[in-house]
Amino acid sequence: MTDILARLEGVSRTYQKGKERVEVLHNLDLQIPQGDFIAIMGPSGSGKTTLLNLIGGLDRPTAGTINVGGAELTSMSNSKVSHWRSTHIGFIFQFYNLLPVLTAQKNVELPLLLTSFNAKERAERAAIALDIVGLADRARHYPRELSGGEEQRVAIARAIVSDPSLLLCDEPTGDLDRETADEILRLMQILNREHGKTIIMVTHDAQAAEFANRTLHCDKGTLEAREAA
Amino acid sequence: MKYFGLVWRNAWRKKIRTSLTILSVFVAFLLFALLSAFGHAFKYGVEAADAERLIIIDKISLINLLPIAYQNRIKATEGVHSVTHSTWFGGYYQEPRNQFPQFPVDPHEYFAMYPEFKMPEEQFEAWVKNRTGAVVGRELADSFGWEVGDRIPIQATIWTKADGGRTWEFDIEGIFASDDPRGSSALFLFQYDYFDEARAFGQGLVGWYILRVERGADPVQVQNAIDTQFENSRNQTETSTEAAFAQSFAKQFGNIALIVTLILGAVFFTLLLVSGNTMSQSVRERISELAVLKTLGFGDRTVLGIVLSESILIMLIGGLLGIGVGWFVTRGIAVAAGAFLPGVYFSPTAILASIALMVGAGVAAGIFPALQAMRLSIIDALARA
Repeated sequence: MTDILARLEGVSRTYQKGKERVEVLHNLDLQIPQGDFIAIMGPSGSGKTTLLNLIGGLDRPTAGTINVGGAELTSMSNSKVSHWRSTHIGFIFQFYNLLPVLTAQKNVELPLLLTSFNAKERAERAAIALDIVGLADRARHYPRELSGGEEQRVAIARAIVSDPSLLLCDEPTGDLDRETADEILRLMQILNREHGKTIIMVTHDAQAAEFANRTLHCDKGTLEAREAA
Repeated sequence: MKYFGLVWRNAWRKKIRTSLTILSVFVAFLLFALLSAFGHAFKYGVEAADAERLIIIDKISLINLLPIAYQNRIKATEGVHSVTHSTWFGGYYQEPRNQFPQFPVDPHEYFAMYPEFKMPEEQFEAWVKNRTGAVVGRELADSFGWEVGDRIPIQATIWTKADGGRTWEFDIEGIFASDDPRGSSALFLFQYDYFDEARAFGQGLVGWYILRVERGADPVQVQNAIDTQFENSRNQTETSTEAAFAQSFAKQFGNIALIVTLILGAVFFTLLLVSGNTMSQSVRERISELAVLKTLGFGDRTVLGIVLSESILIMLIGGLLGIGVGWFVTRGIAVAAGAFLPGVYFSPTAILASIALMVGAGVAAGIFPALQAMRLSIIDALARA
């Protein structure tokens, strides 16, 4: 029997937009097994990113419960969720979101500032993460000195440096050309298959979704499963 | 400390803007150091005042002189231990800008009244024996390079000599120093007897009296007794404590403390606006980066601390540079002009106060941007990015 890493039960998320209440997710149930690689597709405004934010503890549901890795997010305080996130979740964004004032190495070290590792240990771990993504030789470069694909690799290194069990990726290849996008997706496959990372990836790109084990379609606040070809 | 690298890098995100902000902080704290040191010069006489010493001047004005005959009557007043006198000579050495206090005094009485002034016994005796002798404070001797045995001409601006001359020549017989670190020894003292004989006018008059009250006597009662005694005399007196006298003397230059406070208030208010604006801009520019930090797990308080530390860091860099340069400048002024304006001193207390001010100003300038960063909604900030 496969272990369930994330379990969402009856999750709804409603936003107040002016005088109007908009329900982005409606009574959603979802189970994500440990080691899975899921792509979530759907039109803009369908609730894909909201779902990702809820699983990552960046947002809270209006109703329902979310349990990730045994942690009941809906009942935890903000500060506890922050701390939990630093050790259990790695985030990868469409626009990389690296800090421009820090080198690749220092960007990767950022999540480790929240741990008890000393400077030497942080540097060693960041170097390993950069090596995994194939950027060991670019450690001292600033984001402005890197290509888009390299920036995203640094962002991936930052996401995995704390050895989280779950990677949440929001359009990770949305800003890259096809060839670079495929390189990034292959890297994510390696992280999934060889390093055991569970990955949830939101994407508009059907070709990107093909790299996942399965694809969920999000529309009007509900999810529909479609197995990958 | 592990966040220092991040704070440092963020502080220098816009090098020109940060440099200009640091420059404004530097100027503000340089000004603080200078004004504080000069403020000390104006109030140091008050700090060094002896509680048991009283000063008696003419009730109408310090410029009016008092008869020497008052001395015995003052001495006979109940509660008075000893009394001496002094007079403002008001001359200069070589050039009019070389002005410093010169007082004709009674050597024995004066040094008994100011036991903090120390000099070798043989020098004191030599001075007493030489009617045209003078003794000078160490600060004064050092600033002009005077030594014992030098003959010093002082040009009078008030007291012409009986022969019509304005040049008074004195032999330096001794150099004294004050063992009270709050006080100054930038004085030029010579014998009253010689002065009284040689001056063209004003014989038998002195500038003011200094008395020491007997131990246990009430200075206020002594003050009243003396002033009452001379109530119907030609020269009425006004007696005050040495501290009050020093304070009223300093007030001749205006309310220095108020002027200093007003200037510094304006400077620091402007500084807060400048640095507060810098921090606000800096936070606004990196809303998405702060959201990323929070996404990575940086807590609200950590983000608040990082932004506040940045503001305090900028203040400390500029401020420490400012008071550092200020310290050297005031030391230079104290050495170069100690004889004319004694007490220029940027004290350790003022240094500590300025460091506290840097931290306070850093918090004040950074608190609102820091709170904004702390309260940042990750979802909203990432959506805006």
